[in-house]
Amino acid sequence: MQLQYFLLIAAALFGIGIYGLVNSRNAIRVLMSIELMLNAVNLNLVAFSNYLDPQEIKGQVFGVFVITVAAAEAAVGLAIVLAIYRNRDTVDMEQFNLLKW
Amino acid sequence: MNLAEGVQLVSLAILSLIVIGGGLGVVLLANIVYSAFLLGGVFIGISGLYILLNAGFVAAAQVLIYVGAVNVLILFGIMLVNRRRTFADSPRLWTRRILTGAVCLGLFALLATVALTTPWQISTAAIAEPSQGGIAGDNATVLIGQHFFTDFLLPFELASLLLLIAMVGAIILARREYLPDEPPEQLATELTLAERPREPVLAGQQGQLPAGGN
Repeated sequence: MQLQYFLLIAAALFGIGIYGLVNSRNAIRVLMSIELMLNAVNLNLVAFSNYLDPQEIKGQVFGVFVITVAAAEAAVGLAIVLAIYRNRDTVDMEQFNLLKW
Repeated sequence: MNLAEGVQLVSLAILSLIVIGGGLGVVLLANIVYSAFLLGGVFIGISGLYILLNAGFVAAAQVLIYVGAVNVLILFGIMLVNRRRTFADSPRLWTRRILTGAVCLGLFALLATVALTTPWQISTAAIAEPSQGGIAGDNATVLIGQHFFTDFLLPFELASLLLLIAMVGAIILARREYLPDEPPEQLATELTLAERPREPVLAGQQGQLPAGGN
């Protein structure tokens, strides 16, 4: 078992997340891509905590914090998507012209 | 975890297949409901990877919070929003896809190079009690609890405050707007939440029925 395997999996997952974040038309799929990226970072944290710092596992503590923030982010993001859907009647990312200058 | 090396390798291969394939499905599939269910599979696979990394508490938290809460929330969001309308094609869609794919592959290559060339200082602590300098292993939950209430106490409390703020904010954002210039005597007669009346957009066929029909 090598540390590098986990780092490679996390890097691949992060790349997939960025691809989905840029290319998705549906706003909810953008939120799902963000969750993928957060999970990739979390996997990195836990892998480092297991292989480099197994005495006091501070990486796992940070992982729990990341999970907490991700849950809050998902709730607020979905609420924002619902509010935009009520106003604009669509979830297409190309048709949002809010917050542009 | 006391598993043989071969068992660990095989389970790592299976879990990484689940995670990478599921992630590709989440991003590339056309039907977003399939994507949401595949996202749950990805979360479960990642929790399996956490178990391989001796992080049982984080694995349990992952299943509880991600699969149990976030994924269900995303499914509710999809079913509240989904109208099965195909999006109009935007120009230069394929150019953008190819460019983004190239950028993501380059990022993956960069991260892989960093991961493979850096001489990581792998810890060589023996399996013993954590107080005597050994690795945490199955005592990880106890150690995480000690971290939470000693040196990570302030972030822990701030996280609880953040969750409270996020809950209040989500409720405020997702609630329908309240019209304050409604006549207030209606509130006394009807025991409903005072909201702006809106025309039924989602259930169009039900909204056109006359009231009391059927």
